[in-house]
Amino acid sequence: MPLDGHIPSGPLAQKWDKHRFDLKLVNPANKRKFDVLVVGSGLAGASAAATLAEAGYKVKCFCFQDSPRRAHSIAAQGGINAAKNYQNDGDSIYRLFYDTIKGGDFRAREANVYRLAQVSVNIIDQCVAQGVPFAREYGGLLANRSFGGAQVSRTFYARGQTGQQLLLGAYQALCRQIALGAVQMFPRTEMLDLVVLDGHAKGIVVRNLVTGEISSHAGDAVVLATGGYGNVFFLSTNAKGCNVTATWRAYKKGAFFANPCYTQIHPTCIPVSGEHQSKLTLMSESLRNDGRVWVPLAKGDCAKAPGTIPEEARDYYLERKYPSFGNLAPRDISSRAAKEVCDQGRGVGPGGRGVYLDFSDAINRLGQNVISERYSNLFEMYERITGESAYEAPMRIYPAIHYTMGGSWVDYNLMSNLPGLFVIGEANFSDHGANRLGASALMQGLADGYFVLPYTLGHYFASAKQAKPSVTHPEFKKAEEEICRFTRKLLTVKGKRTALSLHRELGKLLWEHCGMARNEAGLKRALKLIPELREEFWKTVNVTGDNEELNQALEYAGRVADFMEFAELLCFDALHRRESCGGHFREEFQTPDGEALRDDERFSYVAAWEYKGANQGPALQREPLVYEEVHMSTRSYK
Amino acid sequence: MNLTLKVWRQKNAATPGRFETHQARDVSPDMSFLEMLDVVNEGLLEQGREPIAFDSDCREGICGMCSLVINGIPHGGHRGTASCQLHMRHFKDGETVTVEPWRAKAFPILRDLITNRSAFDRIIQAGGFVSVNTGGTPDGNAIPVPKITADSAMDAAACIGCGACVAVCKNASAMLFVAAKVSHLNLLPQGYAEKSRRVLGMVRQMDAEGFGNCTVTGSCEAVCPKEISLNFIAKMNRDYGAAMLRGK
Repeated sequence: MPLDGHIPSGPLAQKWDKHRFDLKLVNPANKRKFDVLVVGSGLAGASAAATLAEAGYKVKCFCFQDSPRRAHSIAAQGGINAAKNYQNDGDSIYRLFYDTIKGGDFRAREANVYRLAQVSVNIIDQCVAQGVPFAREYGGLLANRSFGGAQVSRTFYARGQTGQQLLLGAYQALCRQIALGAVQMFPRTEMLDLVVLDGHAKGIVVRNLVTGEISSHAGDAVVLATGGYGNVFFLSTNAKGCNVTATWRAYKKGAFFANPCYTQIHPTCIPVSGEHQSKLTLMSESLRNDGRVWVPLAKGDCAKAPGTIPEEARDYYLERKYPSFGNLAPRDISSRAAKEVCDQGRGVGPGGRGVYLDFSDAINRLGQNVISERYSNLFEMYERITGESAYEAPMRIYPAIHYTMGGSWVDYNLMSNLPGLFVIGEANFSDHGANRLGASALMQGLADGYFVLPYTLGHYFASAKQAKPSVTHPEFKKAEEEICRFTRKLLTVKGKRTALSLHRELGKLLWEHCGMARNEAGLKRALKLIPELREEFWKTVNVTGDNEELNQALEYAGRVADFMEFAELLCFDALHRRESCGGHFREEFQTPDGEALRDDERFSYVAAWEYKGANQGPALQREPLVYEEVHMSTRSYK
Repeated sequence: MNLTLKVWRQKNAATPGRFETHQARDVSPDMSFLEMLDVVNEGLLEQGREPIAFDSDCREGICGMCSLVINGIPHGGHRGTASCQLHMRHFKDGETVTVEPWRAKAFPILRDLITNRSAFDRIIQAGGFVSVNTGGTPDGNAIPVPKITADSAMDAAACIGCGACVAVCKNASAMLFVAAKVSHLNLLPQGYAEKSRRVLGMVRQMDAEGFGNCTVTGSCEAVCPKEISLNFIAKMNRDYGAAMLRGK
């Protein structure tokens, strides 16, 4: 039987309105009787925790950082989309919806995306009211800019720190609820397991990262807002702590994991400088508004100083291949084009993995002061990291893993197939299809947390009528013991290798065989190598110290252990999807001019994977993607 | 290059700490300071010794998690740079580098270079917000905000809450952190209604947490990775005075 996304009936534009009316409500006086566990405190988690507490629910919120203000949402630079049409340039809810569906290469759920575009306008109002200092015009109204893959100006921003400001808005709303006693906050606490009672998610097991204490929390619902899994590639633009542990362990308790092979590569990151590299840094995509991307035409010129290469010996390959979008072509397309020229041996910089992003034309045309006004913080960041000035020589950039569209499977209510488990933000799979457009991640995180989950969660409580769970239930004890066993196992291997070296090896393997371009032979090879590496991990990992203390080596090793398992599902999904779409590019499936070739006949479905035990492969559950409103077309940015 | 590190090691809050000497060999100038520590930690782990515990997350200078006193200066003393963005090209071969945690009574050490900064969260909880619930807010353009005001609020809002201002201050004062949040919200029309309540609540909490008083030496501004201006302290003092006079 196909998986049911519980999409409401009726015309697309009225689905959410109708659904909100159909959702059952919880009496305001009864809300305080429900305990909600929110794991994660980024945009999605903090906004959900604050809003649920305002509504009257009793909320506990958990994060592994020392404060809820530090979640990785904070690093988003560019902005947040909203269909306000303040610029009178032809934007509308329908256009934002259509751009997002098309940008996602027709692999997202139509009704979810339409709802996202609808509530986008409320997000801006909410954030302004919280005191988010968005950029303003001289008249005092909100400023907008255009952003990769869009032809209207609908992106709201706060300098290059939009994610930070939106997160602080949600964090401050959360702090207000903490002060009121409506939210109990658990910083430096990591979720290590999900507890399921009678088929419903009813609690979690956590480790206090300071004392090492393992404890249980029971709740009437569990909300995972634990972000993406980009760090499975070791090098990504994600924060060091980002991990797949919460959604992975929920998967092993029965929550389906959808579309893991949809991973996004960001085209403008600072290239790797050496083996010591611990993470990659993204340079905002807005740089492509004024920078021109090129490599030398001839391999022999790659080692020369860029200034000595004459105009006619340069290949401005994005402008050549995509004349109408040029340097602003979407992320997946620009990234693949960069890989292609580097594979041809025309890459620049150490290891030949880099392309130039050149501002000299813009500087000549507009003057250095204008460029500096627009991008000075980014130029400073580039100089801080590389020691080079981008005013004098072109920047070197290369694509890197940035965002993951896949995640826990959820229905229209953002509830997993496990009743009582809700998954929001980057941790779920629902809104971006096979590729996310710029400035849409912040929008989705806040839409889920402020405006969707608070409605749908009440419906679950009002209709499921579950008994109040208690941590005295033997399932909690069992889960705690399992975690203790797992921890002990990690501490007693005492091998010769560090978790970091094993993680780096896994990342290299994945980047090579399941990165920007994938093919059957490579994926099959990866599926052979990953279990071997996992075995190596459990034989040779060396974790020092013990459990009853602050032990970063132990925390990290546990996360790497999960990546070692998850990587296999990622490759498995990539192998099964015999088509190219968005961030998933299979070399066997491309047009004669090298563009992604979708197979709508066979693959217009969500691939949700069901865990079948450690010794068995996962089972595929399909949710067909039915488009009632839009016509599936081939993306073209030429 | 090769460096000698003198690193503060402390098992937990209850155990006294001490400096330990470690060698950092084959350091590349392209490494960040934290990547250099990663390499040292890899070496320690390979010998079965416990790695140096330090906080970090985004490693892009925005989350505010990293918190090292490097050669006596929080974040190492490069203008507008957090520890994670400090690169080894600023160090010399053979140099001895001292690495310590934030030092302030209100930030107790948890282990090695990691401190507990939850006092900052409690200060925000005491008034660092606008009391609006989700939903029912007016259109984003309903209240125009002059660009100069919005820019100034953004200058203050850029604070990453790392605590370097406290760590460098001889009095361990949190005035710059508190002033940044008070100014960010008090400057904007949306924060106006709670202007007095906010500044009084946050200052009261700051004092209760055991942070010291401000003697306006300006060292906080000098080490702030976001270069938050000392002027905001003056602004907060004005708001505080006005709120006291109003008697609420």
